Amino acid sequence: MNEPTPRRTWPLYEVFVRGKRGLNHVHVGSLHAADDEMALHNARDVYTRRNEGVSIWVVRADLITASSPDEKDPFFAPSADKVYRHPTFYAIPDEVPHL
Amino acid sequence: MADTGTPATGTPDTAPHTGPGTGALEAGFDATVAADRRIEPRDWMPEGYRRTLIRQIAQHAHSEIIGMQPEGNWILRAPSLRRKAILLAKVQDEAGHGMYLYAAAETLGVDREDLTERLIDSRQKYSSIFNYPALSYADIGVIGWLVDGAAICNQVPLCRCSYGPYARAMIRICKEESFHQRQGYELLLAMVKGTDAQRTMVQESVDRWWWPSLMMFGPPDGDSPNTRQSMAWGIKRHTNDELRQRFVDMSVPQAAALGVTLPDADLRWNAERGAHDYGEPDWAEFKAVVSGSGPANAQRVAHRRRAHENGAWVREAAQAWADKQAARAARKDAA
Ligand SMILES: [Fe+2]
Ligand SMILES: [Fe+2]
Repeated sequence: MNEPTPRRTWPLYEVFVRGKRGLNHVHVGSLHAADDEMALHNARDVYTRRNEGVSIWVVRADLITASSPDEKDPFFAPSADKVYRHPTFYAIPDEVPHL
Repeated sequence: MADTGTPATGTPDTAPHTGPGTGALEAGFDATVAADRRIEPRDWMPEGYRRTLIRQIAQHAHSEIIGMQPEGNWILRAPSLRRKAILLAKVQDEAGHGMYLYAAAETLGVDREDLTERLIDSRQKYSSIFNYPALSYADIGVIGWLVDGAAICNQVPLCRCSYGPYARAMIRICKEESFHQRQGYELLLAMVKGTDAQRTMVQESVDRWWWPSLMMFGPPDGDSPNTRQSMAWGIKRHTNDELRQRFVDMSVPQAAALGVTLPDADLRWNAERGAHDYGEPDWAEFKAVVSGSGPANAQRVAHRRRAHENGAWVREAAQAWADKQAARAARKDAA
């Protein structure tokens, strides 16, 4: 009993909240918890004290794969060079309604 | 996902600081700040910028956490269920503010446990204001009005801080602070409409809290060596004296509406400046309180330490439960 237990910090979770029906979940911050269920409870208490959300996602930060800023240019290039994905790419005569 | 501050490989601390690339990285950082865009956790940043932010955000988080104590002490003694419920909600908000800020600090590569250790070992500071005791129930009103009011003056410009996670935490916090200030002011309005004894109690409280509230903005500009650098980095938007002036100008009509006197013989409107002149806070007192000899420093830190240590078994039990559940799930997987 006397041997000091090495301090283990609870894992870091990232928290995402859906503000209301019809909106995407948005990242709001992070917290620590011993397990997924506790993370969800803590997220409710920390991030939704005033009805800020109708749904919460928590995910362990070490399970997230992220692009890094250095990769940014090549990584996001495919969307930047495909202007035809945007509606403004297409010229439509002004007389044509509802387009 | 780049803004989650996920400590994946290449945490910010291990990003290259020297070598041939630094010049370009630094130029990129400077350009982002100059364009009033935000720096995000995985971006390159100067070491001094990171250190300054860690210190400031940690101190800010500690202030929210320690700030629960003077008011928490009055929850059971609040005079009605309505006032108890309000005070409880306010104190709970302050805990939340501390959590938002610790989360923001962690995106800079520090560990939350470590920050708590630094607080309870008195290696990191918190706002000097919380080293004054809340002696009467009128203090609950005055703290909301003046202390949260001063905090709002300090915090609103931080919503545009160059460091994204800090700015976003401040936006959440500022939304909640307005309730804090209004409930305090409303409490005082009720008291000044009451008996002479209540009015006297309010005035006595204002007399004690006014000067410490002015000190919340920090030392005068001439004695604040880090301000210039913080402003260049877009961490700070206004000097201490600018914010203090704003607070004085806001508070004067609010005090008049309550019918209380602010305890400063030099306080008067200066038409030429379009602002109030006011007296000099006692900076010797400020330095003493910041460096540990305020009326309640020892008590505040000891209480925080006790709460942390008394909570150890809860943390251990939660961990043991999580371990057991994980082991059970692993056995089920294997079977
Ligand atoms: Fe707060
Ligand atoms: Fe507050």
